[in-house]
Amino acid sequence: MCTVCGCSDTVTADGRVISHDEAHRLGLPHSHAPAFQPAPLPFPHVQAGHDHHHYGQGAAGVSVPGLTQARLIEVETSILAKNDALAQGNRRVLDALGVLALNLVSSPGSGKTTLLCKTIEALGDAPLAVIEGDQQTSADADRIRATGARAIQINTGKGCHLDAQMVGAAIDDLRPRPQSFLFIENVGNLVCPAGFDLGEDAKVAILSVTEGEDKPLKYPDMFTASRLAILTKTDLAPHCDVDLELYEANLRRVNPGIEILRLSTRTGDGMAAWLDWLRARLAEKA
Amino acid sequence: MHEMSLAEGIRSIVQDQAAKHGFSRVTVLRLEIGRFAGVEKPALDFAFDVVMRGSPAEGARLEMIDLAGQALCFDCMKTVEIADRLAPCPLCGGGKLIPNGGDEMRIKDMEVA
Repeated sequence: MCTVCGCSDTVTADGRVISHDEAHRLGLPHSHAPAFQPAPLPFPHVQAGHDHHHYGQGAAGVSVPGLTQARLIEVETSILAKNDALAQGNRRVLDALGVLALNLVSSPGSGKTTLLCKTIEALGDAPLAVIEGDQQTSADADRIRATGARAIQINTGKGCHLDAQMVGAAIDDLRPRPQSFLFIENVGNLVCPAGFDLGEDAKVAILSVTEGEDKPLKYPDMFTASRLAILTKTDLAPHCDVDLELYEANLRRVNPGIEILRLSTRTGDGMAAWLDWLRARLAEKA
Repeated sequence: MHEMSLAEGIRSIVQDQAAKHGFSRVTVLRLEIGRFAGVEKPALDFAFDVVMRGSPAEGARLEMIDLAGQALCFDCMKTVEIADRLAPCPLCGGGKLIPNGGDEMRIKDMEVA
């Protein structure tokens, strides 16, 4: 399937049948297979030389004689209404199973996957599953599977965030066990994932101490949307001239209600408090 | 933030509405965008033009109505209007505010033919 627009494998362009990815790469005008239907929220993209439409031709754009009189239609619908409805569907499924779903959000390189691997080890026999979101590669899911946990990798292609439709499909495949943990590792990005509800119980923001105390102020939406912030790599703090109190003050400035934990996966400091937090949240789902 | 995704969402709603109300062309589409919605308006304008091609809203005029940002001040416990995300409380000068309004992004209405 084409990673740009999600349609089928081959297309006719310039009189030749070639792969769809190739048509995009070459910027050739091409048509789509008739069977192609747009996904509810297709991956966003824009590309030079892209002079075709990605969706069914339908009745669009044709003016109909006799129907020229303008009228006003009240819509009052949220632009993300479809995503929100799918997220609510995911939430109903997860609630019915008593699954605690956490959406882990951060910039790239904050240590989400490392924290997750250590967490899985520490949780021992507790049932859990992991959904990994990245633009490319299955490297993170491979790391998770190496711990023995079940994991599904979602590659978003050009997409900058996971959406509820992607996560719903992954939940269907993973079939999480009742009273289990579901960790959703979002695409490393401090902007877009804040706006997309996946049906999770809470967003957990991971912020490593090497990123700078100003990050909560620069990217307030993500930290406002999160219930818990974990300051990671605290073992590096003495080497980076960082002020952990200032990190916390800035987090509370954008979200006065946020819970904060300090943690180092390297030394294990703070792991116990994190595991307690996880178990307490899971118990609330029973 | 992800204006192409938002434009895809708009397109999908336009198509649903076209099927429901039986119109073929949208001439004006009005959005309400809260100050804290995180929408970059010029980027959405651009994405709108690109994404609406081949839909009933191709060539439609996009109008964006700004909605004020609202926040709850944790110091005086009042809901206040603030112009930017990190502004202090206009009533008590407090600095701990959490947005409780102004994250809207919705289609208000459209003129159709």
